[in-house]
Amino acid sequence: MLRLVLARLGTAAVVLLAAVTVTFLAVYASPGQTVDLILGENREDAQLRAEIVALWGLDRPLLVQYSLYLAGLLRGDLGTSYLLRLPVSDVIGEQLGATVALTFAAFAIAVLLAVTLALLTSGRAGVVRRVASGLELVLLSIPSFWIGIVLLAVFSFQLGWFPVSGGAGWQSLALPAFALALPITGLLSQVLREGLDRAGAQPFALTARSRGVSPLAVRTRHGLRHASLPGLQIAGIVVGSLLGGTVIVEQVFGRPGLGGITVDAVYGKDLPVVLGVALVAAATFVAVSTIVDLLALLIDPRLRSGAARRRGATATAGAELAAAAPGAVPTALTTDAAAEPLLVPSLLPEPAGSLTRGGTR
Amino acid sequence: MTTLVRAHGAPRTAGAPADGAASASAAPPSTAARRRRSGPRVPVLGWGGLVAALVLAVVLVAALAPTALIRLDPLAADPLTALAPPSAEHLAGTDSLGRDVLARIVHGARYSLVIGVAATALAAVGGILLGLLAGSGNRVLDTVVARAVDVLASFPEILLALVLIAFTGPGLGNLIVAIGVAGIPRFARVVRSQTQLVRTSGYVEQARTFGLGGARLALRHVLPNALGVVPVLATIGLGSAIIGAAGLSFLGLGPQPPAPEWGAMLAENRNYLRVAWWGAVFPGLAVVITVVSATVLGRAIQRHLERSAA
Repeated sequence: MLRLVLARLGTAAVVLLAAVTVTFLAVYASPGQTVDLILGENREDAQLRAEIVALWGLDRPLLVQYSLYLAGLLRGDLGTSYLLRLPVSDVIGEQLGATVALTFAAFAIAVLLAVTLALLTSGRAGVVRRVASGLELVLLSIPSFWIGIVLLAVFSFQLGWFPVSGGAGWQSLALPAFALALPITGLLSQVLREGLDRAGAQPFALTARSRGVSPLAVRTRHGLRHASLPGLQIAGIVVGSLLGGTVIVEQVFGRPGLGGITVDAVYGKDLPVVLGVALVAAATFVAVSTIVDLLALLIDPRLRSGAARRRGATATAGAELAAAAPGAVPTALTTDAAAEPLLVPSLLPEPAGSLTRGGTR
Repeated sequence: MTTLVRAHGAPRTAGAPADGAASASAAPPSTAARRRRSGPRVPVLGWGGLVAALVLAVVLVAALAPTALIRLDPLAADPLTALAPPSAEHLAGTDSLGRDVLARIVHGARYSLVIGVAATALAAVGGILLGLLAGSGNRVLDTVVARAVDVLASFPEILLALVLIAFTGPGLGNLIVAIGVAGIPRFARVVRSQTQLVRTSGYVEQARTFGLGGARLALRHVLPNALGVVPVLATIGLGSAIIGAAGLSFLGLGPQPPAPEWGAMLAENRNYLRVAWWGAVFPGLAVVITVVSATVLGRAIQRHLERSAA
């Protein structure tokens, strides 16, 4: 158990360090470009150039720069914006609150909608199920920024219920949060419903039913706990796609947040800011998927022995594919394989190597 | 139960080992003898798959020969009919410059399809190479490649694409590369585990005991079966590439105006939402319909592969 936890933490650390290194190389390994960008108009001024190089430490050996960069990161220093001449951490910190608020609101809405939808439609055959999975498919395929535009057109412009843009109050948060939440709802509901169906096929469900517990109560009280595990497992994906989606949705609604500074920085080739935002997102993603994997170990004791047993076995047998299906016992892993990534057809990354998927050593 | 689940596009049944594309594509070709349960009237890919394929065919025609579908010029501005609502003459209305929205949508199919197909191809080729490398059986190689893919995947795809564009600048080609690279992890992970699955499966073991080995075994038995899932992934990946392309174009990082790219149209017409909702709603609808079709077709292909291999 301890070994598993340490291995998972180690993997997370390695991935994070590699991401940081790539980011560093991207900014600092092209000093000519960096200086040009900082100089802007005064590109030809040799003396100014030398000063800048000295000021930014661009003349030092790469390894020295790298260790300085790492040390800076540990202090929360993400470098300095070329365009704004401000510390990147300040630029990001100023806008982070709005984005975090939007992300959390969207997450809460998505979970609420998905759990409701999954509880109402699991275990049903025929039309209900067909409609539910069709709805999920459509939700998954709609770009969140277009949902935003439609919501704006209907609720802000036609009905006038919500403000058109801005970042103040819950009214301005509601529409963007829904726009972000709906595609996630499709994904989450799909995973939860399959988890509920799987739980419903277990003997304990039959036992509960035979005691006279109603189907909905079985699903709510017993099934949901089982289904929450695969749902939890895709939390990394969910957070990643929320963070990516906010960039565009914030632009649709003219909201403050990381989106605006990121897009401006991309236009201005302000690499430290773009990479700073990307690094914050990646770190969040790695942290969330690590925590979630460890939580899964805590919740489901079967995974501990299961993951331990699979470690070292040569056949990791499509475990990578079963990304979000750790609720299944190891023998069912190959069964669940291949379906999983297909459930994630939008711009969604998958969680970094997780224990429960075996294949990461 | 099995048929029910299959029929609803979520091909996973616990405890039925014959299900799932992984086991399906890993099944030895020689035992794939069971015929399709051929109801004579249901098309090969099912009704949903057929409709999806037809929709994509229309998109393809729009991309190849837009003038065959609509005669109006997507770039012809006419200030007199600016922001006209949908009518018999302009089925989807006109934008702020009086250009026909439907004509722009039809002509815009080319951008979305070119970006989607090219980016997916890039992601597939990169992902397959990395996946095969990782799944080849060398543990060190596997660890290195798997971690590299983890790093790539830890950045949200949109942000990764934005980072790449920050280096290369906006434009069609750079957009394709950005979206393609961002899509690599998905292919790499699936191909990796499929390769491992096939490599350690019974029929490959058997072929090995018969003295087959090396390149011949890899090329004739492992490779074709490991790559069986790629068409499914690619079809569904096409959908996400199109969404990504529309998103980045919406931010102004794709084809530049007056190109009728769908995401760019959304951005142009968003400002006129109060008076002319059609300009921003219909291009998005085109994105949604195309992406849903790609996903439905991908799942139909997957079900078909499973069924013919089961």
